[in-house]
Amino acid sequence: MNRDTAGDGRTDDSDIETDGGATSSAGATASRPSRGIRRTVELAGIAVTAVVAAVMLGFVFLYWAQDLPIASDLYAAFRSVGRGMDAVFGTNVFRHPIMWQSMATGVLVGVVAPLVGSFLVHREMALIGETLAHTAFAGVAIGILVNATTGWDGSLLLVALLVSIAGALVVQWLTERTDAYGDVPIAIMLSGSFAVGTLIISYGRGLTGINIEGYLFGNLAIVTAEGARLMGVLSVIVVVGVLATYKQLLFITFDEQAARVAQLNVTGYNTLLVVLTAVVVVGAMQVLGVILVAAMLVVPVAAASQIARSFRETTYLSVIFGQLAVIGGFAVSIGFGLPSGGSIVVTAIAIYLATIVGSGFSVKAISAHG
Amino acid sequence: MTSIIDLDRVTFSYGDTVAVRDVSLSVEAGEFLGLVGPNGSGKTTLLHLMLGLHAPDEGTVELFGQPVEEFDDGGRIGYVSQKATSRGGAMPVTVRECVTMGRFAHAGHGRLTDADRAVVAEAIETVGIGDLADRLVTELSGGQKQRAYIARALASDADLLALDEPTVGVDAESRDAFYALLDDLNDDGITIVLIEHDIGVVTDRASRIACINTELYHHGDTESFVESDALAEAYGATGQVLHHHH
Repeated sequence: MNRDTAGDGRTDDSDIETDGGATSSAGATASRPSRGIRRTVELAGIAVTAVVAAVMLGFVFLYWAQDLPIASDLYAAFRSVGRGMDAVFGTNVFRHPIMWQSMATGVLVGVVAPLVGSFLVHREMALIGETLAHTAFAGVAIGILVNATTGWDGSLLLVALLVSIAGALVVQWLTERTDAYGDVPIAIMLSGSFAVGTLIISYGRGLTGINIEGYLFGNLAIVTAEGARLMGVLSVIVVVGVLATYKQLLFITFDEQAARVAQLNVTGYNTLLVVLTAVVVVGAMQVLGVILVAAMLVVPVAAASQIARSFRETTYLSVIFGQLAVIGGFAVSIGFGLPSGGSIVVTAIAIYLATIVGSGFSVKAISAHG
Repeated sequence: MTSIIDLDRVTFSYGDTVAVRDVSLSVEAGEFLGLVGPNGSGKTTLLHLMLGLHAPDEGTVELFGQPVEEFDDGGRIGYVSQKATSRGGAMPVTVRECVTMGRFAHAGHGRLTDADRAVVAEAIETVGIGDLADRLVTELSGGQKQRAYIARALASDADLLALDEPTVGVDAESRDAFYALLDDLNDDGITIVLIEHDIGVVTDRASRIACINTELYHHGDTESFVESDALAEAYGATGQVLHHHH
């Protein structure tokens, strides 16, 4: 009950290297000149990503509006650029609008999944992304059943979105009542929704000709114009939502109790985060597949966290790595005729491994769930 | 003096287990209250009740003269949780980003201004970690982490600083320096509520002591606590307060 050590009240920083793998002050000072270069490279990467995403959004819009006077000219120009790219690369890819739709969806997934994942991973809620993907799968199954039995020919993705958002609200309700992101109710929900999905699909398979493997493993061919359009709209919603609440999400992610004391609406922001996650997984499901969709929420963020020197840098690098994974994965997928989901995820993991090597094999301990 | 916190006959249970029973106490402006008690005695729960993190089953809590459930000026409170200081997570947040969070209650959804950034820089300097502003919090030692969290509270212009065992895992020298900083802040008029397992530290620093083991065993000035039997009664054994010699 007593202390046996006397202190002199000094406020020096002599304990700088006492824990947490601290680096020396001298090292920090020496690294300052390279910090400017590093920041410039990051900002350039973000700028390129933003331009690519804007071009892709532009394509999705032009495809939708191609019958309008000005848009038709621009769309025609886009198509000729695609044919030019095919001529340069010796491919037969970029001339097809469906490939641009797939690439647009992928590029936008590469932006929004790591953006949301930056908060999700550090809240130790990565398992929730996986759960919502499986819930979305149940949504697709419900959509197929409704299609088959009623003749309604609406969007399966829209049904998946509604079911996934409902699932997100249930997850949030469960976690508020288990006082933590308890993984047992979440795991039950994950496998339960997948089980429901498989049952419905098995019942409905005879009624429709829909290729369900595309939704499971991701397939460039299942991205429709409507799916790409939905992804475009969802991406704008997610980016605006995250930018508008960045400060609050950061505070809650870092120190939830202090955020509550500061009178932030923690429940509200948590709900927003899981709903945005649901939105992202439904969009990403098209190219990544249900089984792999959570990887884009987690792997680029894990890679960024290996080398980032601030949270803002983590979000920048996550998005840049996400984009590299998507573009690299598409190249592998198209080049070797492999599924897009697996190609993108393997590329993302290669980037993660590279960051481990780059950070001197110091693997940061990020938990996948609470 | 003005009451910052007022608890009136507060009871709180986790299921069937009563954590805090019928506690009434007040914390006055400028006070340094030490909250002591054995492990599992309800200290943290009581602090959470004071801050509105738990709603009492019975009784009422007032914060800055308002019922705690209606209190909405979060910037007036700086809170350093046990979890925050002991967390070993790998979230890459710099000291500056951490301290900037203290301005969020003021900025709302608006952008942070240059004035906000100046307040943050000043708070970091005040706690003596100016040269660590761009370092990751995860890379800091225990004592430096504490200072970062205190700086966050200062950046929010907090009138009340609530600390839950802030020096667990901190070496003795850094701990003394940290408490000297708390003394300075208290001298500047900031009200402090401190949970500390080391009773010697509390009796050396605090102006008043609340000793709890589910029920309140003592609430009064430090001298009367040292002379009373509250410690032995609350801890269920004969104990003696030892003082540190500097």
